Amino acid sequence: MSVEATGPAEATAIDSTPAPAGGGVLHRLLMAIGPIFAALVLAGAILIAVGVDPLTYYGTVLERGLLSPLGIQQTLTRMAPLLFVAAGLIVAFRAGMWNLGGDGQFLLGAVIAAASAPLLVEVMPGWMALPIAFVLATVVAMIWSLVPALLRAYQGVNEIITTLMMTFLGTSLANVLVKLVFLDPATTVPQTRTLPVDDRLPRLFDTTITSGLLFGLVAIIAVHLMMTRTAFGLKLRIVGANPRAAIHAGLGVPKLTVAVFALSAGLVGLGGAVDILGVQGNVRADWNPAYGMAVIPAVFLARMNGFAAIGFVFLLSVLSIGGESAARRVGVPNTFTLVLVAIVLIMLALAEYFDHRHNQSRKA
Amino acid sequence: MTKRFTGVVANDSVDLKIRSGEVHVLLGENGAGKSTLIGMLSGLQQPDEGRILVDGKPTPITSPRHALALGIGTVFQHMMLVPTLTVAENLLLGGPWWQRPRIGQLEARVAEITKSLNITVRLHAKVSELSLGEQQQVEILRAMVRNSRLLILDESTSMLTPQGIEELGALMRRLVEKGLAIVFITHKLKEAAAFGDRISVLKLGRKVGEITPPRLKFLGEQAAITEIVEMMFGKQTDDPDAERHADTFAKAEAEPLLQVRDLSVAPMADSPGLSSISFDIRPGEILGIAGIDGNGQKQLAEALSGQLATTGGSVILDGRSIDAMDVGQRRVAGLRYLTDDRLGEGTVGAFPVSINFFLKQVGEEPFWRRGFEKRGEIESRAGELVREYDVRTPSLKTPVGRLSGGNIQKVLLARELADGARVVIFNKPTYGLDLANTLASRQRIRDTAARGLAILLISTDLEELLSMCDRIAVIANGRLVGDVQNEDDVRTTVGRMMVGVAA
Repeated sequence: MSVEATGPAEATAIDSTPAPAGGGVLHRLLMAIGPIFAALVLAGAILIAVGVDPLTYYGTVLERGLLSPLGIQQTLTRMAPLLFVAAGLIVAFRAGMWNLGGDGQFLLGAVIAAASAPLLVEVMPGWMALPIAFVLATVVAMIWSLVPALLRAYQGVNEIITTLMMTFLGTSLANVLVKLVFLDPATTVPQTRTLPVDDRLPRLFDTTITSGLLFGLVAIIAVHLMMTRTAFGLKLRIVGANPRAAIHAGLGVPKLTVAVFALSAGLVGLGGAVDILGVQGNVRADWNPAYGMAVIPAVFLARMNGFAAIGFVFLLSVLSIGGESAARRVGVPNTFTLVLVAIVLIMLALAEYFDHRHNQSRKA
Repeated sequence: MTKRFTGVVANDSVDLKIRSGEVHVLLGENGAGKSTLIGMLSGLQQPDEGRILVDGKPTPITSPRHALALGIGTVFQHMMLVPTLTVAENLLLGGPWWQRPRIGQLEARVAEITKSLNITVRLHAKVSELSLGEQQQVEILRAMVRNSRLLILDESTSMLTPQGIEELGALMRRLVEKGLAIVFITHKLKEAAAFGDRISVLKLGRKVGEITPPRLKFLGEQAAITEIVEMMFGKQTDDPDAERHADTFAKAEAEPLLQVRDLSVAPMADSPGLSSISFDIRPGEILGIAGIDGNGQKQLAEALSGQLATTGGSVILDGRSIDAMDVGQRRVAGLRYLTDDRLGEGTVGAFPVSINFFLKQVGEEPFWRRGFEKRGEIESRAGELVREYDVRTPSLKTPVGRLSGGNIQKVLLARELADGARVVIFNKPTYGLDLANTLASRQRIRDTAARGLAILLISTDLEELLSMCDRIAVIANGRLVGDVQNEDDVRTTVGRMMVGVAA
């Protein structure tokens, strides 16, 4: 006997397996909308407490983040760098390596792109200059990840600590580079030279949406397929799921570790470059959008699934773009956006937790 | 009591009476529902139907803590110690948090218990530094330290030396004389008959029979075993442990297929290392490595497979040195290592059965082409292996961690024995398996030898080695202390070498 036929014994227990399609969809919908609704109620209570009408606030968030033409374009543009960051984190997390140094890698990639692109476009055509700037940004971010990668691969030093420490150094170094090395002498504001709008990444059709969005989507889907369909991705997942099994199977764990860090940091750095060459045009001193930290919970909630991550990144973008405008209009501090995003993420995570516990207790 | 899980009814209306002053043996194959039953007794799981009565009162056992408070101490089949803490700290876990742990008191108590158990426990060693066998001893100790009224031993003897098992039996006798109740779970029929006062047999979640104390006395050991086997399998067979090594597949004149010369590994905090290990194995020959757990067996297997760096010596496979090869190259050359730690390093529990067949071949044709997974190839080959090796799995997509130990072992056997194996290292191939799977694994090993492969069989089960091997070498403290042909009277010779008495 090989694959067991479904006998009467199994049939009695079907009820505890996931419900068939119809119930599954309903359940998932509830799992997605329930927590968001709860978060809105909770954040609304805070708004009422500070004397702001929550409905006006939410209306504005929705209108400026999702419904108005300008808002949705901004939201989609914001997604571009976030998607790259998410792709980079998925590679690392699935391989069981907690790259929390995204912000440092992102900023260094951004600064290198901002420094090199304006110079390159003067000596060569844009179609050549931008790719070179992308490559430079990627390589520098990869190099920046070498220290934690080598320490983890050959000395077993915990990468959570090292990447976090390197991110402090990375953001400071990026700042120093902007203020001292790549300073634009033509302005009084401390910032790098600005890439002319015509030389930036093209916009999509007649909108203001950057084509970086497409690159970001391609990157995250490619990463997803790499992790799920290729031998390399499977090796990384084995290292992540059971490092001892990886050694037993003869995988070169140290080399794979370095490769994971390089890929992860490279994608995050590329995200920084896409944000500069597509949208910002330059890096101002002390600029740090902290996308790396913002994307981490989204990637977790997506269970490191690339397609689900696209959805969560979209939600994150709507909230942050809409929230910024709404904060200005109804007169709450801009940081309230972060409060809202945080409450939504906590509620989603709580729902996951209770759902999981519910399933466990039904099983046990 | 009835207990249901996804896919199976683990326990179906099982009645069990556990009396003080009795060793109650639970027998049954893997998947017969023993572990589930124990889980409900120790508060880890709740019955779906039925109830548990303690001292005649219906008492739902809501948590492991509650079970402990009721005096139910359990030693589980799978280790439940905190590896980063010392033995003493593990024993003190669960005490009131406001009290300073009483190390001195514990030491005295442990000394008293270990003396009667005749084991040595290094109280201040970290658990992660102990071998699996030593960890199991600590777990037994833990239940004893807590003054349990009912002691549940879930396959506790599988890691002990034959002598240790005898002593555990004697100790159980002393404990029940003091009025304790013991539930003793084992696969080994001899132990059941020798140590048990009352024997219950589970089969596919149902209790199929019980032998009461008077009847057990009346039957005697051999007759009891015959009766139990009949209950378990519905057919008469002799005690499998009694089967003897019969035919050999090795030709005396053949050149050795594997030669190991002066293999050495540096000692580490948790292992004795290896010093100057040398042996030959001819095609078709089964060389057994006997020894008490933790004497360098794992290091030997890992050094041969290329997982562990050696400090000297050489390994020659069919006349060719493989010292410079890594794990993957050695596998390609035909050297296979079947690990004893099936879930810890042998498989990735969360991955489907199909992928686990190919963990050591990731990226190789035809299962991957230009680095891309060929699902069709993988599924069809996995399907073949499932049939050929009789792996019982709901589907190829089932996470391998959900299968029983015996079926995980079949996955590993399929992976290591398929396609081009020439020398196979088996490390404790039947540890924790039920009777049917043990017999199947042993037959698989014999068949492999019959195909002309060289076999290194590492085991702590002396009976297994005696029934399987052509020659038996004994490892003690990282050194091979003797090497004998497996003939009729080697049992005592090997046993004496194992415990360090010169042969």
